[in-house]
Amino acid sequence: MTRRANVPVLLAVLLTVGIGACSKKTPPVARPMPPPSATTNTPPPSPPPPPSPVAEPVPVPPEPLAEDTIGSKSLDDLNRDSPLKPLFFDLDSSEVSAEGQQLLQANAAVLKKYPTWQVTIEGHCDERGTAEYNLALGERRALSAKTYLVSLGIAADKVRIVSYGKEFPFDAGHDDAAWANNRRAHFVITAK
Amino acid sequence: MNNLDTRMTVLCAALIGGTAIVAAFGREGGQQPAPAPPPPQQPTSVELRLTVDPGTPPRLAVPDLLALSNDRETQDAAKTIGAVLWDDLNFEREFYMIPRDTYKSIPVAVSIDAVPFDRWRELGADGVLIGTVQKTPTGIRVEMRMYNVRARASAYGREYSGSAANPRLYAHTMADDLHDSQRSLRGVARTKLTFSSDRNREPVANTIEKRDVKEIYVADYDGANQRRITINRALNITPNWSPDGRSIVYTSYRSGVPDILISNIFVGTMESPSKGVGQNFLPVFSPDGTRIAFMSTRDGNPEIYIMNRDGSNLQRLTNSPAIDVTPTWSPNGTQIAFTSERTGNPQIWVVGIDGTGIRRISYESFADRPTWSPPPYNEIAFAARTGPGFDIKILNIASGETRQITFGEGSNESPAWSPNGRHMAFMSTRAGRSQIFTTDRDGRNIRQLTRDGNNTTPNWSQ
Repeated sequence: MTRRANVPVLLAVLLTVGIGACSKKTPPVARPMPPPSATTNTPPPSPPPPPSPVAEPVPVPPEPLAEDTIGSKSLDDLNRDSPLKPLFFDLDSSEVSAEGQQLLQANAAVLKKYPTWQVTIEGHCDERGTAEYNLALGERRALSAKTYLVSLGIAADKVRIVSYGKEFPFDAGHDDAAWANNRRAHFVITAK
Repeated sequence: MNNLDTRMTVLCAALIGGTAIVAAFGREGGQQPAPAPPPPQQPTSVELRLTVDPGTPPRLAVPDLLALSNDRETQDAAKTIGAVLWDDLNFEREFYMIPRDTYKSIPVAVSIDAVPFDRWRELGADGVLIGTVQKTPTGIRVEMRMYNVRARASAYGREYSGSAANPRLYAHTMADDLHDSQRSLRGVARTKLTFSSDRNREPVANTIEKRDVKEIYVADYDGANQRRITINRALNITPNWSPDGRSIVYTSYRSGVPDILISNIFVGTMESPSKGVGQNFLPVFSPDGTRIAFMSTRDGNPEIYIMNRDGSNLQRLTNSPAIDVTPTWSPNGTQIAFTSERTGNPQIWVVGIDGTGIRRISYESFADRPTWSPPPYNEIAFAARTGPGFDIKILNIASGETRQITFGEGSNESPAWSPNGRHMAFMSTRAGRSQIFTTDRDGRNIRQLTRDGNNTTPNWSQ
């Protein structure tokens, strides 16, 4: 009873605030408010450009992790927002490209910062190879990534590999983009 | 582990359930198991074969069987057995099976002596299969006779009794017996398929990704009675039957990494022959069931190995820095065909099990999953890249000639021969997701057996 009685009061307050905030000529339409401008005179860092109109909402890329937050995250949270980036491959190939080497160097730097981490590298393939051959190709991809990490000084016993062939695609699509996304060495942190 | 074994036992008990059928020859021997078959009570085969023109298959009709009691179970069994027997006989294409709806109006003979031969002759039938189903204290008794329509005489007769739990099995047994006695053919009606499926949509544990477990399933050759036989809650793929049909060996990620597991499906036990050494994939039983060929990365690179069923006597067959994968045994167990990319892309190769005589036999852009046909055919089927996807091809080893039996309807992979070499199971995306299909060796009679979830890597029992 008390709740229901309060609703008109709340509405009235909201309306008043709404009308007050808008110019007198504009009708009282609910509208997102711009944030209050910064009190300092220095211009704020240039805001990101407004998102272009898309059919579906796009998830906002996460903020880069601060040093101390990585250490305190749960394993699942860490993997959901992993500091270890996946390495992608060409069709039927397990060779690490020059770009891939840079990526693995960055991953190696993270692993050196957290020497207690255990990592599994999953080898994945797209659907354009056979199920059986892809088990071997996925193994090769995971092993390529591991071998390069070890060459950068990562202890071999910190990194386990497993091939999933084409059994667990990341992208269920059947086009070039999906295939490229599925040809990967995927890093999973299994212990901190 | 105990818990798991218990559950497996329950599943397996269900599997055994339907198999207790005793075939008896002649009316008197009804309930007894028949260790050595006494001679059939009536002369068989010859008469029927003589009545058809050479080169044309005999025309057969299989009307509904006659239920000799009014209970629902017997009535249903009679209906099921007739329909399944027609399908089983049609599957091997040894007979011209007259469509069943064309003789619905011909009355079911009230007694086996009252067969309306004129009606059957009018229909053009050379033979008609007339059967009865009778309830017994322990199950049902099924009697089946084949009549030579022109001679108006019984050409063949058998009687079966056992549990009423799975009427389809009576039809399968009859079909195999008929093919054997009439056409000297080993039919496949009682064989089974095994495959991997994610139909339960059970999520994989310990991952943030959206992944469903795949478990090993078995089904009758025609897709009926699909049942799960593993509860590993992990990725389980590439199952392969032991020759005695009592075990299935497969690649399992149950321990987190790929390894070989053997499930003894009628006793509910498991074996791990590689005992945790290395990562091991794609196991296949030797034709005598004593050994297992497989791929392992234990020496740092995908290579082919052979070991005894208990893991002893390990032997490495290949030694190449390239990928060697997907072994299959020759029917006499002296050679292994496998996939190697040592020439730059995956091709089919053959090697003796002593490691000698290695040679390449395929010249495709990409070939994998060789599977060696049983005798009398000396052929290897495989999946070949033919465009965006794969198609099934068959290579005649003696002539070196290759023929293609699927043609770009989806992607077609993982062929597996039936034990008589006349059919193949394979997986195809022609109906959307990966499903199990069967085909005849000439590419005809393609049938879809699975529809739920993704179903992959089939194998056909002996």
